[in-house]
Amino acid sequence: MNVDKLIESISNKSDRIGRKVNLMEVCGTHTMAAFRSGIRTRLPQQVRLLSGPGCPVCVTSDRYIDHAIELAMTENRIITTFGDMMRVPGSRGSLSLAKARGKDIRVIYSPQQALVAARKNPGREVVFLGVGFETTTPLVAWTIQNAFSQKIPNYSVLCAHKTIMPAMRALCDSDDVRVDGFLCPGHVSVITGAEIYQPLCREYHAPCVIAGFEPEDILLSIDMLLNQIISGEASVEIQYTRSVTTEGNKLAQDCVNDVFEPCDVPWRGMGVIPSSGLSVRSSYKGYDAELKFPDIRVNEVKRDTGCRCGDVLRAVITPSECGLFKKECTPDNPIGPCMVSSEGTCAAYYRYSRIDE
Amino acid sequence: MNRKIITSAHGGGGTATKEIIDIAREYLGNPALDQLGDSALLDLDGTGIAFTTDSYVIDPIFFPGGDIGKIAVCGTVNDIAMEGAKPLYMSLSLILEEGLEFELLERVIASVASAAREAGVLVVTGDTKVVEHGRAGGGLFINTAAVGRRYEGCDTSVSNAAPGDLVVVTGTIGDHGVTIINEREELELESGLKSDVAALNTLVEELLTSVPGIKSLRDPTRGGLAAALCDIAGASKAGIEIEEVKIKVKREVKAACDLLGFDPLNIANEGKAVIVCSEDSADEVLKICRDNEFGRESVLIGSVVSEHPETVVLRTTMGGKRIVDMPRGENLPRIC
Repeated sequence: MNVDKLIESISNKSDRIGRKVNLMEVCGTHTMAAFRSGIRTRLPQQVRLLSGPGCPVCVTSDRYIDHAIELAMTENRIITTFGDMMRVPGSRGSLSLAKARGKDIRVIYSPQQALVAARKNPGREVVFLGVGFETTTPLVAWTIQNAFSQKIPNYSVLCAHKTIMPAMRALCDSDDVRVDGFLCPGHVSVITGAEIYQPLCREYHAPCVIAGFEPEDILLSIDMLLNQIISGEASVEIQYTRSVTTEGNKLAQDCVNDVFEPCDVPWRGMGVIPSSGLSVRSSYKGYDAELKFPDIRVNEVKRDTGCRCGDVLRAVITPSECGLFKKECTPDNPIGPCMVSSEGTCAAYYRYSRIDE
Repeated sequence: MNRKIITSAHGGGGTATKEIIDIAREYLGNPALDQLGDSALLDLDGTGIAFTTDSYVIDPIFFPGGDIGKIAVCGTVNDIAMEGAKPLYMSLSLILEEGLEFELLERVIASVASAAREAGVLVVTGDTKVVEHGRAGGGLFINTAAVGRRYEGCDTSVSNAAPGDLVVVTGTIGDHGVTIINEREELELESGLKSDVAALNTLVEELLTSVPGIKSLRDPTRGGLAAALCDIAGASKAGIEIEEVKIKVKREVKAACDLLGFDPLNIANEGKAVIVCSEDSADEVLKICRDNEFGRESVLIGSVVSEHPETVVLRTTMGGKRIVDMPRGENLPRIC
């Protein structure tokens, strides 16, 4: 179906529903795709796209950033990270600033490069900042398996990996915001399979559609969600059929289960969510940077910046409702992580949405 | 601890870079500098000249489609050409690391020679410095400067765009930036992609000597097409509207950008020009560009409008609209 037909279909269905419908795109890549393609400017007013907690950098705590910087302070360590993490402000500056002050912090494009760095620098400790959802986790698990089997002792991961389902469940449990349907993350679902979202339908009667990332994918997924809302159903449908299956990537799942186990972790703005994080299993404990360098202790520092990233991540407010947005907080001087990450909601609003206002 | 320091973001060519320029302007400001063009436009006893300088720290030194020597010539030549001048003479300064192999140095200088010959410029002065191992990135840095003679009666400043003018880009965008990331980070993206690095002075000469309606020229290097268009819209105090479907992006460039979370509009080019011209000269501009070996895929991408002054708006493939913002800092790959 072409774009104009899809828009027309969505408008007709929105009229039939006759009330405001809140659809949450859980994944940061969807948020960005929706802005870049201008989808929001063509949707009927009654269909609202809310951005969820699916930007891994954004939900990572200040304490984690502080911990990473603290690890970098020792001469003998190389910190490797995805680029998105570099400019996130912790309570003591960012990794980018630490790097500019001469600390050995390297942006890499794949976790495999961190393992290569460890092999090339046998006399130094290489720490990878393990941040990300199910899409990234298997790659990181693979590096730990390989470090173990190839006896590379100077590699470790500072783990803040998270899983998306517990956060979606937490959103459904909260009274802050009513979500009428979820645009489920495409990349994550390639790994997990579609089945994981069933509890959202069963327990919360929330329609779920796993969406691809092209504008047509997102529109078609919105159309499918409206269908479910009209018929009063709640099921898991796959729009992104060219990549997502019911059971997902078994190999990747096994790899993750071998290396990691669930744990309770804090999410920015959402508090501690039970079993929403992953920690390194004791069989691989030599590769857990937190255990490997126990001398490095980082306390939670409460910063009163006025930043409302937490509320943005739960879609309680839109970025423009935060008092700092576009004033103190800009991409050049980000107060909170949602303004830093290329997939952060505040950054997306800042860069792309002025035209709507 | 809170003293402000330079970070890699300041090298990205966007708003962070502007902070450095602001300091320079505060202390050094003068009418020629304050134009902030790709080159300074000067009057030397009645002869209009353009003068520019640029430094090259590219890693890797050799990459598909070029090397640091070729880019050091083409980049500087293009900076002169975009200001409406014919590049004539260049300088070449080499900052070399201890341990650099002579063979590699010779390859780079041979490449400088070949690029200069093709562009029709002479390297007439230079300098060498040697620094300790590890102090010059991948082994060598290059600085070049160039002077050129302005074409009679031509003003190609970014401030000349006016509503009704049309915007042409001389081919696909993002080729150079993606090639470099692919090489440097060993992403092993399967493709025959190569840098578009090229000297565009002959193309510019043809345009300026045969079409009267050229308003503004800009090479969309660091910061990509987005930065070039934002510069033009800002300096001209006009809006620019472009159409996504018209902008040519190679399949492999788009794929790499999707993977890394980059916007092709923000990715560097080294052999492309953005041309703003009057509506009635657009056909002639396109014809000249397409007849030139570096402009075969030239395309009209949009127009200058009176709405939303100083703002670039993209009409998306699906008929939506969005702002094209000045890129900030460097492109950093995202996490999923």
